[in-house]
Amino acid sequence: MVAGTLEELQKEAIEEILKVYPEKARSNREKHLGVDSPEGVKGACDKTKSNKQTVPGVMSQRGCAYAGSKGVVWGPVKDMIHISHGPIGCGQYSRAGRRNYYVGLTGVDTFVTMNFSTDFSEKDIVFGGDKKLKQALEEIDVLFPLNNGISIQSECPIGLIGDDIHAVAKKHKADSSKPTIAVSCEGFRGVSQSLGHHIANDMIRDEVMPDASARKDFESTPYDVAIIGDYNIGGDAWSSRILLEEMGLRVIAQWSGDATYKELAIAPKAKLNLLHCYRSMNYISRHMEQEFGIPWIEYNFFGPSKTTESLRKIAACFDDTIKAKTEAVIEKYTKMTDAVIEKYKPRLEGKKVMLYVGGLRPRHVIGAYEDLGMEIVGTGYEFGHGDDYKRTKEEISKSTLIYDDVNEYELEQFVKILKPDLVASGVKEKYVFQKMGLPFRQMHSWDYSGPYHGYDAFAIFAKDMDLALNSPVWSHTKAPWTKTEIGA
Amino acid sequence: MAELRQIAFYGKGGIGKSTTSQNTLAAMCHYYGKKILIVGCDPKADSTRLILHEKAQSTIMQLASEAGTVEDLELEDVCKPGAGEFHPDNTDITEGYINCTESGGPEPGVGCAGRGVITAINFLEEEGAYDDDLDFVSYDVLGDVVCGGFAMPIREGKAQEIYIVMSGEMMAMYAANNISKGILKYANTGGVRLAGLICNARMTDKEYDLAKHLAKQIGTQMIHFVPRSNHVQRAELRRMTVVEFAPNSDQAFEYRELARKIINNDLKVIPKPLEMDDLEALLMEFGLEEEVEEEAIGKKAEEA
Repeated sequence: MVAGTLEELQKEAIEEILKVYPEKARSNREKHLGVDSPEGVKGACDKTKSNKQTVPGVMSQRGCAYAGSKGVVWGPVKDMIHISHGPIGCGQYSRAGRRNYYVGLTGVDTFVTMNFSTDFSEKDIVFGGDKKLKQALEEIDVLFPLNNGISIQSECPIGLIGDDIHAVAKKHKADSSKPTIAVSCEGFRGVSQSLGHHIANDMIRDEVMPDASARKDFESTPYDVAIIGDYNIGGDAWSSRILLEEMGLRVIAQWSGDATYKELAIAPKAKLNLLHCYRSMNYISRHMEQEFGIPWIEYNFFGPSKTTESLRKIAACFDDTIKAKTEAVIEKYTKMTDAVIEKYKPRLEGKKVMLYVGGLRPRHVIGAYEDLGMEIVGTGYEFGHGDDYKRTKEEISKSTLIYDDVNEYELEQFVKILKPDLVASGVKEKYVFQKMGLPFRQMHSWDYSGPYHGYDAFAIFAKDMDLALNSPVWSHTKAPWTKTEIGA
Repeated sequence: MAELRQIAFYGKGGIGKSTTSQNTLAAMCHYYGKKILIVGCDPKADSTRLILHEKAQSTIMQLASEAGTVEDLELEDVCKPGAGEFHPDNTDITEGYINCTESGGPEPGVGCAGRGVITAINFLEEEGAYDDDLDFVSYDVLGDVVCGGFAMPIREGKAQEIYIVMSGEMMAMYAANNISKGILKYANTGGVRLAGLICNARMTDKEYDLAKHLAKQIGTQMIHFVPRSNHVQRAELRRMTVVEFAPNSDQAFEYRELARKIINNDLKVIPKPLEMDDLEALLMEFGLEEEVEEEAIGKKAEEA
């Protein structure tokens, strides 16, 4: 590779990668790859194609609609039981996968880490599974009487054989007088998990929002807010919630990490909806705005700079008391985060990072890395849409490689050419890069660490990045007879 | 002994597939001593009732559902010997016999009948239902080839000869042409061939000529023209085939003739299905449809 500016290198990397494709794949993939910078006009953030079908034959990191509904939106609702309706695999392999923390007695009043499945066999496919589903619903109510509702998450075969799960749910709801919600999130629908988020949001809109019983005796305060789109991975929502409470707000609902059914139903009582994961829950936020007149704003709690910025943005929606308290909160925690920065920045400064994740992280975590003096040289979304890429433009601070639905070949090549010091992506990529001798952090469920949201969590984030990058293990990854080092 | 031949009967729903196939297979057994296994591939499970003298036999999927899984079944549970002269132990009339099995499937409107056919056929193969003594395995398949499940019998290693039951009516001919398309799809990968059209006569105008002509166009033969006869209906009410009910009737001889032709059939082709336009042209040629002016399409009778 010839030495040049970062932007030149990034553009060359794209050209290099596209060379190997046959013409049809090349013309498809070149629309998903690009370079943008803060001063760029009509750059990749404006033009990148997204939310399109993956090129057949490549290894995609995407999930399916069932993953989006069961795994992301519905699964963390802790006092409901979520049935993976169909053969056993989908439920078992997605079990507790996102580390959505919650408080409760599992198996008694909360159920998140359990796997409920109708375990379809051949005869259920041939004769239809509605009877088995009905039986499962009845058994659940006998065995787990403290459940506050059931959701039915469709796996692929349900859509193929045309079972009428919505009728079964309706009947059970009438018989048990508990919420029973069927979600047609068959995995083959759409191009990624993104459609699953949308379908799941639509079912909250149709089945939960109209339930006014939870809101009947609700006593409002002027400071009621709801956290939307925080899945409490490793405790994220908790470390966010304390900040909002310290600034004088009352968090009436957390969606959907550590959430209850009642918290879903009560959200229309909020004065303001605070939206963290825009991709997975913008639909329901827009609905609550239209239907109940609740405004919503997006915020970012990764790293002290963005957290402070977001706290002020939230405070601006409330009165001076809140604004004053917010400044006090910022002051209190800034001392702490300054100490974190002082400790870790010298060890991490100037290190280059490439991101490839889903949801909001490809843009939201940039600020946290920058607080530690690290630089993002590439980022991309698994299942983002155009509006995600437009929002990314505001977060980048130098020439950045943008890759949508990047496949394993492309990511590997980009890393080889751009030579970042750290790759932050999913578990499927983790060992590929570690075996190349590169530090890696799994940023889907924080590599069994976290939380990463809020001020407190920044200390954990900084420590994790330091551990990954400066671990002595990297000095042993090269055989003594080879001289050049990768990623050092 | 001759090699096992696997044949299948396809055709439009209600055309008389099950009746024709059972009467023909009965004749193959009665007159020619053939040993046959019938595999009914229709959730209605009416492909064996005339041979068994029963309303409907217990199906593979029904029994599997009761037992838990299909792996819990034994071949004896699902494979029934024919009644009377079709029983293997009864050699008074013929050395031949007919064994019967039905795949079964769900009630209309639920589940996946196609998957039931796949499951059932896999079970029969794994359990060795196609034993060395058999001369013929015959699949009787529901209506049109609506999905992959109902194409199972024509995939590789299954039926090699397809007989399409049809009549001179437009929709029956349309269906016959469609089934030919299905055969064509699998012909190159699996070796399935179209072996002939069986015209189960409705006594419509120029039916014989039309069926014969269609067969020629598709590249096959009209292997037999089965005339209408009240014997068929009367036999069916007694849950019997015509060869049993009235062995000396003309109709029994018609089935004997069809049986003979199938046993000796050596015209097995890759079909050349017609385009929709050509099919309509064919019907017009035989006066079934009048030539319609372009502007008359979509107009009511009184308007035209």
